[in-house]
Amino acid sequence: MLAFYVPNLPEFIKNFIDGLLEPTTYFILSVVGLWAMIQFRAVWTRGWFIGSAFGLAVVFYFWSLTDENFKLIVGKPDNVPISILFFSLAFFLWVAFRKMVINDRLLDKGLPTFEHRESNRRVYCWPDRVDTEFLVLILCTVLLLVWAYYLKAPLEEPASLVKTPNPSKAPWYFLGLQEMLVYYDPWLAGVVFPTFILNGLMAIPYIDMNPKGCGYYTFKERRFAISTFLFGFVVLWVTLIILGTFLRGPNWNFFGPYAYWDPHKVVSLNNVNLSEYFYLVWLGRALPVNILLRELPGFIVIIAYFSVLPPLLANLFFRKFYKDLGFIRYQTMIFFLLCMAALPLKMVLRWTVNLKYIVAIPEYFFNI
Amino acid sequence: MKLITDSQIWKSIFRHKYPDNSRDQALAVLSNVFLHLHPIKVRKSGVRMSFTWCMGGLTFFLFLVETITGVLLMFYYRPVVEYAYNDIKALRDHVPIGIMRELHRWGAHLMVITVWLHMLRVFLTGSYKPPREFNWNVGVILLVLTLLLSFTGYLLPWDQLAIWAITVGTNMARATPLMGHEGPGAAFIQLGDVSLVTAGSDVRFGLLGSKTVGAATLLRFYVLHCIAVPLGAGLLIAVHFWRVRKDGGISGPM
Repeated sequence: MLAFYVPNLPEFIKNFIDGLLEPTTYFILSVVGLWAMIQFRAVWTRGWFIGSAFGLAVVFYFWSLTDENFKLIVGKPDNVPISILFFSLAFFLWVAFRKMVINDRLLDKGLPTFEHRESNRRVYCWPDRVDTEFLVLILCTVLLLVWAYYLKAPLEEPASLVKTPNPSKAPWYFLGLQEMLVYYDPWLAGVVFPTFILNGLMAIPYIDMNPKGCGYYTFKERRFAISTFLFGFVVLWVTLIILGTFLRGPNWNFFGPYAYWDPHKVVSLNNVNLSEYFYLVWLGRALPVNILLRELPGFIVIIAYFSVLPPLLANLFFRKFYKDLGFIRYQTMIFFLLCMAALPLKMVLRWTVNLKYIVAIPEYFFNI
Repeated sequence: MKLITDSQIWKSIFRHKYPDNSRDQALAVLSNVFLHLHPIKVRKSGVRMSFTWCMGGLTFFLFLVETITGVLLMFYYRPVVEYAYNDIKALRDHVPIGIMRELHRWGAHLMVITVWLHMLRVFLTGSYKPPREFNWNVGVILLVLTLLLSFTGYLLPWDQLAIWAITVGTNMARATPLMGHEGPGAAFIQLGDVSLVTAGSDVRFGLLGSKTVGAATLLRFYVLHCIAVPLGAGLLIAVHFWRVRKDGGISGPM
C-alpha cells in the first residue's frame, strides 16, 4: 500500500551509484571510508551526526527497495543477514569509536578512563549482570520470532547436479573468499589464505606486545593494531562479502545494485602474466620452454616480497616495532601483514596493468 | 505466597531467600548450576552493555536456540537423498505457522554475526592481551566451528541452494596444496607411474565421501552437523567460559 505513494528512486541516482560501486571504485571508496572513519572519529561519532547519517542510510535503503533489481537481491531470504550485519556493524563501530574518543580525551588530560574509574568497583552479578542478560535474551527471542514468522526459510527446487545455477555462490559468510577468487587461484584464495587468516588471528595476542589498552576502549594507545584489524575485518572481509553477494551476478560479472542481472553480459578478459610482460614485451623474445626459467621473474618478485621487504620495512617504518618485538615476533607479524597486503596489491595490479599471474605454472596448478 | 515459599518443595529447590541482600545475592548465583558460570561479583565497568555489547552471551544463547530447535527438527528429518527434500517441504507445507526451521536458520545466521561482533569487541578492548591469549585462541577455534556448523547445516535441505553452495565451497578443497588433486604439488606424489592424489582419494573426497556432493555427503554432513561439531563446540565453549573466569573475568584495566 505504502509503496504506492512513494516515488521511485530517480534513474540518475541509480546510474550514479551503479557506476560508483564498480569493484575498482568500490574498493577504493571502502579504504578511503575506513581512513576517514579513523581520521575524523571525533566528528562523526557525535550523536547528531551519526544519528542523521544512520537515519538517512536506513531511509535510502528502504527507498531503494522501490527498485525491482535491488529488492530482488537484497530481499533474498539468505541475504537478509548481510543487511543486518551491515547496520549492526555500523552501530557497534559507532559505540566503540565514541568510547575511544571520550577515553582518549580523558587520557590526554591525564584523567582515568571510563573503565579505569569503574573497574575496581565490584557489583553483584545478581541482579546487575543477570538482568542485562535476561533482557538481551528476551529481545533476541522476540527478534528471532518476528523474523521467523514474517520471512520463510528458502526452499528451492530439489537438488540436481545437472542444473548448475548461474551464478553459483557459497553461503554468504564465505563470499569474501569467493570474491578473492577473481584475483587468486583456489589454492590460495580457498585454502592457503583462509588458513593464514586463522593463524594470523591466533598469533595476534603473541605479537601485540603493547602493554597498554587492555580492558578499555582507546585508539591513540593502539593506532596500528586497531587500524590493521579494522582494515582486515571491515574492508577485506565485510565489504568483500557485500561485493560478492550484492554486486556479483551471472558468470561472476559485476552488476550495480540497481542493475538487471543479464546472463549474456560480456566482459572482455585480457589479462597478462608477468612472464609474458617480461619476455614478450620487455625483452622482445619468445617465452623460454623451461618452466622455471620462464617463471624466474615471478619467483624473484615473490621471494623479494617476503625476504627483502621485512628488513627494509624494519629500517624504514617499523623501527620501534622491531626493537620492541624482537626478530621472531617481528617476522611473524610482517609475514601475516604482507599476506594481508597481497590481496589489495594484486587488485591494484589487475586494475592498472591487467596482471593475471605473477607466477604462472598451470601445468602444476601453481599460479600466484 | 508465603505458603508456597515456605513449603518443603520450594525450599528443596531454592536454597536461599529472595535475593535482595548480599548473602542471598551471592547464593542466588552460587547455588544455581547455570548462574554459577558467573562469579559472585563483577567489575562495574564489565557489566555495562556499552562495554561488552553482550555479544558473547548472545552467541551462547543462540547456540542453545540452535540446539533446541535442531533437536525438534531432527524428529522430522531423514538424512537420505530420497527423503531429505520432501521432509523439509512437508515441514513447510503441512505445519500451520511452522517457524521451527526459520528459527533454526535465522538463528544460525545471527550466530555467525554475533561471533564476529564479539571478536570485534574483544579486539577493540584489547581483551586478548595477557593473561587472556589462550582464550582468544579457543575463541578463534570456536569461530571456525561456528562457520562449520552453519556450512554443514546448509546442505541438509537438499535443494538447489544447498547442493550448489556446498559444491562451490568444497570445490576449494580440490586445490589444497599436495592433498587436493588440482592442488600444486599433488602431481609429484606418485608411486612409480601411479598418481596417489586423485579425485577419488584426495582431501575433498574425504570431506564429501564421494567425487561429487551426493548421498554420502548428505549423511556425512548430517552427522557432523548434529553430533561431531556441536560436541566439539560444546566442549570448547566450556573451556572458553572456564578460562574467562580463571583469567580474571570480563577484562578491565588493571
